[in-house]
Amino acid sequence: MSEKYHNNFLKEVEEMVEEGEWVKMCMQCGVCAGSCPLGPHWAHPPQEIFMMIRAGKREEVLRSDSMWMCTSCYNCVVRCPRKLPITHIMHGLANYAHRLGLSPKNQPTQQFATLFWNNLAQTGRVNELKLSLGIYFKDGFAQGVKNAMAMQSVGLGMVKAKRLNPMELFGGHGVKDKAGFHAMLKKAREIEDRRKNFA
Amino acid sequence: MAKKTYSFYPGCSSQTKASSDNYLKSTNSMCKYLDIELKEIPDWNCCGASIGYAEGGELPRITLSARNMALSEQHNPGMDLVATCAACWLSTRESKERLAHSSQTLAEANTALNEAGLTYKGNQAARHMAEVLVEDFGFDELKKGVKNPLQGIKFAGYVGCQTNRPFGLAGESFENPVYLDNLIEAMGGEAVPYDQKVTCCGGALAFSEPEKSQKQIKDIIESAYDHGAEMIVTPCPLCQANVEIYQGEVNKRFGTKFNIPVMYYSQLITIAYGGTAQEAALDGQLVRATKLEEIAKK
Repeated sequence: MSEKYHNNFLKEVEEMVEEGEWVKMCMQCGVCAGSCPLGPHWAHPPQEIFMMIRAGKREEVLRSDSMWMCTSCYNCVVRCPRKLPITHIMHGLANYAHRLGLSPKNQPTQQFATLFWNNLAQTGRVNELKLSLGIYFKDGFAQGVKNAMAMQSVGLGMVKAKRLNPMELFGGHGVKDKAGFHAMLKKAREIEDRRKNFA
Repeated sequence: MAKKTYSFYPGCSSQTKASSDNYLKSTNSMCKYLDIELKEIPDWNCCGASIGYAEGGELPRITLSARNMALSEQHNPGMDLVATCAACWLSTRESKERLAHSSQTLAEANTALNEAGLTYKGNQAARHMAEVLVEDFGFDELKKGVKNPLQGIKFAGYVGCQTNRPFGLAGESFENPVYLDNLIEAMGGEAVPYDQKVTCCGGALAFSEPEKSQKQIKDIIESAYDHGAEMIVTPCPLCQANVEIYQGEVNKRFGTKFNIPVMYYSQLITIAYGGTAQEAALDGQLVRATKLEEIAKK
């Protein structure tokens, strides 16, 4: 896809990535990097990602796990002197990389994000029990049992406090107009895919 | 006729037996005491939270919020839309902004909404319950209803991220918002100054990257203890859950001995207004708030 842009990654980001048109406004001050709660875990902090985009380092940016460190705390957004919507650009880059199949394999936040979306898309509302089990069992059954056992006291505490319902496994909350909800999401995805040249 | 009526968006975690069931119950009690009527948006859906971005992308994510707003406009006309969850409020308000700023996004979202027989107009404000309390009532008005002041209890008001950034409450600073402290004091409690008031709890990464994100939870609780707090209070369901339920995990990882209750402002108000422990859903805490249970109307 987007062959014509491969030599001009900045243009591609501006066109395809959510809020990507802001990237060129970065003045490299580094306040975003210093404000990030997970700062030490970014291979490339946001201002570096912005410079790499301008330098055309497409593979290095899109295959990076950096954007997946974003906790959506919006510290960078409110502190950026140029008012770049950095959180959304990071989300947008992560989404774009994921949709192109370039995001790092087995990246836990990417896996969780996909589980979360598929979970809500099914019934219209999040099923917290299935979501928790999904993340525990993402690396197979044996590891899942181990993870679930490790978190057993938290789970039982939540059930006791009436904040987790074991019956959610067999249904649970959801919207009534499932047909309309599904058709709406399908259409939104179609429009987005067409606009961004996703297969 | 209730004094004030709002179109209510509770969100996934504030459903029966979901993770902030206690937030919903105490909000309903608080609203009963404040004479607020909450008209739930019929058939509302998940907002996609923040973490929805990776799979949901841009338009499907915005469309989720547009559906809620369209339903609210249709069924609860003339009211403000009010959310109690920080992520629900943020997603809704952010989507509203995007839809207002881009005629293309608006047209595309409505094309998708038409599949469900809905149209988004954008004629309702998207607000957080904290805004309702601070702006539509005000601290002096809120003080009037206090029957059992929370005297002698020291609270760390933990505002966190998404009720604070990027929008926050009008007139508040991002680095040191004071509305939650003022609310605590209005209920007769003591708000301790501490330095982790707006620190991120790790958000969704508390699930996906605990080894990287649990330091956040540790820093928040440690600072609360160091400044003499006996309880933490928050307006956000994810802050509440992360900071409360992972204390055991954090203790294992960092060798700490944390055991501090993490409450919602709605629980404080309910107790201060003379509500029972049950009305405030104090039985919904994993770490029991014994001092509040003692004050609660027997």
